Amino acid sequence: MAAQEGKVDPMKQFQIEPLFGSGWEVAGFNIAFTNSALWMAITVVLLWAFVAGGMKRELVPGRWQMAVETMTGFIDDMLAANIGKEGRKYVPYIFSLFMFILFGNLLGLLPIGLFPGAHPFTFTSHFTITGVLALLSFSIVLLVGFWKHGFGFFGLFVPHETPVPMIPLLFVIELFSFMIRPISLALRLFVAMMAGHVLLKILATFVIDALNAGPALGATVGPAALLLMIAISALEILVAGIQAYVFALLSSLYINDAENLH
Amino acid sequence: MDMEAAKMIGAGLAAVGAGLAALGVGNVFASFLEGALRNPGAADSQQGRLFIGFAAAELLGLLAFLVAVILVFVA
Repeated sequence: MAAQEGKVDPMKQFQIEPLFGSGWEVAGFNIAFTNSALWMAITVVLLWAFVAGGMKRELVPGRWQMAVETMTGFIDDMLAANIGKEGRKYVPYIFSLFMFILFGNLLGLLPIGLFPGAHPFTFTSHFTITGVLALLSFSIVLLVGFWKHGFGFFGLFVPHETPVPMIPLLFVIELFSFMIRPISLALRLFVAMMAGHVLLKILATFVIDALNAGPALGATVGPAALLLMIAISALEILVAGIQAYVFALLSSLYINDAENLH
Repeated sequence: MDMEAAKMIGAGLAAVGAGLAALGVGNVFASFLEGALRNPGAADSQQGRLFIGFAAAELLGLLAFLVAVILVFVA
């Protein structure tokens, strides 16, 4: 649906644009450095700086080291609770995943749009990116599962002490619920982020349109919509954290299936 | 009926699903809080399950949103 004249298009914020001109075709693939790639790079640099600042290994940790250790400890505890002591080897992966998504979600909420010409971009609002992250988790589950248990991994689809006549039916249902996991994992993050940003943009449209519609509407609808925007922004910060947490939590649960079957 | 109008009505109807998922998510947290107030000692250990339930309930609402988006922008 194209934007009509004089209307704010809430979907424009998700547009991916090449930053350094077009013409980056290599063998039929476009490898242009896009705004999405830029924000992923910013996220990685900030994440690296955040962790590097806390790697001093002092006996009495300072504030920064404490912050980093709280995050790693949080992931460590989550994996210990969900997987057990074999879960420790997944701390680097789940930590990177959690922090990458969390930083990406939060950076997309920064009010950088106040500076003319600059736009924040939430790369987690794109299915391609969350899809690749979900496939990464899913591949680890498949690799670990078949590596550790061989074809016994298919036992995951048949719960213990299932009556024999029920096995074919349950196998199909469990297989389906297993195969849908990467899709649901990717979909949850992408839709949650996109819906929040669209909502904020639509409320911003209310403010602008109300101010343009004259003093009566501008004095009533405008400030009310602005207040709602502030509240929704706070909610979005919460959602950014929860979605990153849910992604990491579900990834660790799926890895638990591969490690321990059930 | 006009095709464009039918799509918009369909997208609007899909929003009902998002509202129903809101009931589901509310129910997850309400039940957790109810249980947590009865037995605060056991509450912290169940936080992981709380978020699993939240994620499952939320996903169905997000699917409704997806249907609306597909109707408006793709179909």
